[in-house]
Amino acid sequence: MPVQKRDIEYLKNQARLLRIEILKMLTEAGSGHTGGSLSAADIVTALYFYKLRHKPENPSWAERDRFVLSKGHAAPLLYAVLAMSGYFDRSLLKTLRKLGSPLQGHPCSKMLPGVEISTGSLGQGLSVANGIAMGLKLQGLSSRVYCLLGDGELQEGQVWEAAMSAAHYKSDNLCAIVDLNGLQIDGPISSVKNIEPVDKKFQAFGWNTIEINGHDMTQIVDALDKAEELKGAPTVILARTIKGKGVSIFEGKVKYHGVAPTPEELEIALKELSSGGEVKVPGGEVTVGTGN
Amino acid sequence: MGQATDRVPVNSFCGIEAATRDAYGETLFKLGQENPDIVVLDADLSSSTKTSKFAKAFPERFFNMGVSEQDLMATAAGLSLTGKIPFASTFAIFATGRAWEQIRQGIAYSHLNVKIVATHGGITVGEDGASHQAIEDIALMRVIPEMTVIVPADAYETELVIREIVNFYGPVYVRLGRAKVKPVMPPDYQFRIGKGFVFRLGNDVNIIACGVMVAEALEAADILRKNGIDAGVINMSTIKPLDEELLLESAKARLIVTAEEHSVIGGLGGAVCEFLSSVIPRPILRIGVKDRFGCSGSSKELMKFFGLTSHQIADEIIKKLETLHLMVK
Repeated sequence: MPVQKRDIEYLKNQARLLRIEILKMLTEAGSGHTGGSLSAADIVTALYFYKLRHKPENPSWAERDRFVLSKGHAAPLLYAVLAMSGYFDRSLLKTLRKLGSPLQGHPCSKMLPGVEISTGSLGQGLSVANGIAMGLKLQGLSSRVYCLLGDGELQEGQVWEAAMSAAHYKSDNLCAIVDLNGLQIDGPISSVKNIEPVDKKFQAFGWNTIEINGHDMTQIVDALDKAEELKGAPTVILARTIKGKGVSIFEGKVKYHGVAPTPEELEIALKELSSGGEVKVPGGEVTVGTGN
Repeated sequence: MGQATDRVPVNSFCGIEAATRDAYGETLFKLGQENPDIVVLDADLSSSTKTSKFAKAFPERFFNMGVSEQDLMATAAGLSLTGKIPFASTFAIFATGRAWEQIRQGIAYSHLNVKIVATHGGITVGEDGASHQAIEDIALMRVIPEMTVIVPADAYETELVIREIVNFYGPVYVRLGRAKVKPVMPPDYQFRIGKGFVFRLGNDVNIIACGVMVAEALEAADILRKNGIDAGVINMSTIKPLDEELLLESAKARLIVTAEEHSVIGGLGGAVCEFLSSVIPRPILRIGVKDRFGCSGSSKELMKFFGLTSHQIADEIIKKLETLHLMVK
């Protein structure tokens, strides 16, 4: 098991390196989802290098914590963090989306170790994660399940079916994280179809909610720790993020939802990510709310 | 894996007229006692799908997901990822229609060990009408890669099927019915996935049937034989993977007939046509619901209304043989 330590500077640097891997593989592939991979990079870094109990050398270890990427289009993010964690050789990353590669456009669990379930069609991951959570409890295991959702994904009705089920079955070993980057393919979520108030919705469904700045590493690790302490109900971390975070030319741009960087854009991005590498963090307080 | 002799369960449904869903509920309950890994999910229909007996006996292994079929299927996928063997049950139309994509993406694409056992397949659902009568479910499941599709003919075969799929790793769809069905399978019958059962092979016509239509096909063959037509019957309970070897053998007859309580598009008839058309030129008559929705009525009335009774099948076959000038002199 990798050493999972609470070292904020280390985690911030890992997130920077993760963004570099993501952008390199996307550019090599020539297609793929840039914006949503970058917006959740800090969250996923905190999961894989701080929170998850996992053994990359033994992906089917029965007692591992599970991670379900419900927003499957952020596959580059998952592949890059799995490679950095040691699940497979990093050289595989350049085969993303190529014929014969286990790195499919959206994650395929049969083809790649470390992918718990195939995803890509939105709205289904939270149900799967809750099913895993219920199964782990039946096994008497204390392992936890983390599920990353996109915010546009909350428009899928099944998310709310799953939210109802997880609260009903008191799945407190389940932690959902919503990457609230505010944008979907056709534009701002608020104009396509508003999902707010997200916190009140989850609270009404019986969930604990923790709202954070999804790029503040301290807030992320604090929220993940806090979620583990909350018993009797599932917890959702509502992470306010910026789509394309970390590279100024991609930040907040709808266009980069499903477009890969050009080699020229990659050059600019790598310069930004290597010059000091400090990802600008806006201020923000951690807000914790509870269901019933 | 048990020996063949272990497979005949005590107090079995052998020779008993019962609804396949009743055999399912009873078998599931027995399996629950034998295998702690079995978990059951339902969507507010446990009294109709008969999973209620398991639910009462093993409440900690039963999950009622409420009226949320999409959540039901994806949750079953999650449970299977922890080594459990989930049986996910609801009505056939909701299982395969409402939650089709969850089955495709969450269960089949990840090749998970989820057993989807749906009841209320076909028009014998009866009075509830077209909204609740699945006539497309076999087609919907058959088209998904890596899916196994099974339609048992009677209560006894249902019992054997449910026991067999526990020993098989992978996604399976089992279609059961609401109404009582006559017993057709013999006491020494052993169900094997992908193996059809030959009651008799005919030289003039062979009827390839599944589900409630096996009983009708057997009676139809008797009628045909009385009319001097050498008719055979096969129970093709596994529709995917299809028993191609047996189909080829049956295609030595002049006419092949498929019989199913399902649309004539995409189900057993579709599967048989797809295979035989590529290997042998042979006319195929598809008995089933002819590209229309079901309707309300008693199951008995509806069988007749849709032309699925033994006499109607026999008549249709005779007409077909005459049209094709295949009548035996």
